[in-house]
Amino acid sequence: MASQHTLSREEAPPQWPLPPRIRPALADHQPGTLTAYLQAAPLDEVDIADPLWWETDTHWTFFKRLRDEAPIHFTALNKERHRGYWSVTRWADIMAVDTNHQVFSSDAHLGGITLFDMDSDFIMPMFIAMDQPKHDVQRKAVNPIVSGQNLADFEGLIRSRTQEVLDGLPRGEVFDWVDKVSIELTSRMLATLFDFPQEHRRKLTYWSDIATADPEVPGNLQKEERQAVLLGMLQEFMGLWNERVNDPEPKGDLISMLAHNPATRNMPPMEFMGNLVLLIVGGNDTTRNSITGGLYFLNKNPAEYAKLRANPELIEPMVSEIIRYQTPLAHMRRTALEDTILGGQHIRKGDKVIMWYVSGNRDERAIENPDAFIIDRPRARQHMSFGFGIHRCVGNRLAELQLKILWEEIVKRFDTIEVVAEPERVPSAFVKGYKSLMVRIPA
Amino acid sequence: MATITYVEFNGTEHAVQVADGVSLMEGALGNGVPGIDGDCGGNAACATCHVYIDPAWEAKTGEKSELECDMLDLADGLQDNSRLACQIKASADLDGLIVRMPATQH
Ligand code: HEM
Ligand code: FES
Repeated sequence: MASQHTLSREEAPPQWPLPPRIRPALADHQPGTLTAYLQAAPLDEVDIADPLWWETDTHWTFFKRLRDEAPIHFTALNKERHRGYWSVTRWADIMAVDTNHQVFSSDAHLGGITLFDMDSDFIMPMFIAMDQPKHDVQRKAVNPIVSGQNLADFEGLIRSRTQEVLDGLPRGEVFDWVDKVSIELTSRMLATLFDFPQEHRRKLTYWSDIATADPEVPGNLQKEERQAVLLGMLQEFMGLWNERVNDPEPKGDLISMLAHNPATRNMPPMEFMGNLVLLIVGGNDTTRNSITGGLYFLNKNPAEYAKLRANPELIEPMVSEIIRYQTPLAHMRRTALEDTILGGQHIRKGDKVIMWYVSGNRDERAIENPDAFIIDRPRARQHMSFGFGIHRCVGNRLAELQLKILWEEIVKRFDTIEVVAEPERVPSAFVKGYKSLMVRIPA
Repeated sequence: MATITYVEFNGTEHAVQVADGVSLMEGALGNGVPGIDGDCGGNAACATCHVYIDPAWEAKTGEKSELECDMLDLADGLQDNSRLACQIKASADLDGLIVRMPATQH
């Protein structure tokens, strides 16, 4: 049996392309077939990081089994590709890892915060992938920008942009909600926050997609192409920084704020840019997929949709429930800095530890009736989707505000928005989301 | 049992009874006091139960853990008398305690 520990980089140096992935030999990859397989397969023979399980939305069965049978579980299958990883699947164990930043590191140089290591030859420093003390200093520089108080100033602008987008939607015909609403709103919002030219706003979406895309998925950019695109992005932002750094007074946008703040204005360019990328990616895919997920869940749960129509006051708890139910980032990863015991398992220094928020958010031990979507769930805010501990999402208030305004404006305008087909999903064990969702607003 | 007075940022006061051993975060949520969110359920892991302790009471509210210090350090509106309400448990000693809230929880 393979050893129950992560291979070091010496034992498994980065290679490209990756060796072929071992997949179950099945007649087809229909959701029914895959779910039946996950129900019965030996736990050691499943690599849940395989995009297959995410594209088909079939991972649930496996996580339920892990929570019940092996809450701290090591995966060696396909070790040549990912070096092996521990899956942490229960709420309480995830909380224990997330709050123990002394032992569980986010450092990019150890591989960073996702299951697949950051490219060691292309590290963009950003505080999400740093440990103390540097993390704290940089986070504090960005933090005020997305604080509740600062966001109050953005509220009017977010609302008018949202109204414009909703008023422009077609009636009585089928269209893609992801493209026309989720991407449109998040890209306009990002362009507003950065004071990035609105006419080029889809570039922000493009960069965000490139930054998180799995180079292996057919059709996605190869590693070198991807790095070139990201460098181009850095250049463009550098231009904006240079234009604004010499303004006598900072304007209200994020770039001006960073360029004028004594704590950030002397950041090395790559580092400043790394943090911008973090804001672009952090604020983009996650909110986008919550916008799509919310509409999909309401359609799947007509009684909840009726509750919402009868009582728009429920929008606030509903926003939290949408974010829990979607879990836009399925996991975050840490690297153990020393040997430790977690849930009775021996974690060795250097091991990869994956906190599966998507599983913690469905843990029956912590959340009542977790598989149900309930818009007026008591204590709806108590979900894991924003993580916990020192890296807890700094943009959470902004995300909540965007979703709240969106739903306020939707219920004012449309009695119903019908989902006409199952969504097409993103093949990723990290960004849990949708490529498209076809809908129709009755004429 | 302790009577705790929660003061919202806008000055609104809420005096409520909190049973011994129950945290001041739970005391707020359980009594419908607005302004404290408690997103992590009381693990000092979200800092959405940030409050200011009336300085006269600081000694009675106990020591901060390392995690509480780390989380407070990143919170908006940090002051010397900042605490996470989930890390303070009500007891007769705290009867009459006044806690104030920051402008927002973040
Ligand atoms: C529903 C929407 C969102 C979800 C689910 C989400 C999720 C997360 C999670 C799970 C983390 C924790 C990372 C870790 O522990 O390693 C995080 C961190 C972060 N998020 Fe978000 N996020 C969302 C929206 C946003 C927005 C709108 C922004 C920016 C404007 C943003 C910016 C960040 C940043 C900068 C960090 C790093 C914090 C740190 O390392 O201290 N996020 N987010
Ligand atoms: S409830 Fe999360 S820190 Fe107190």
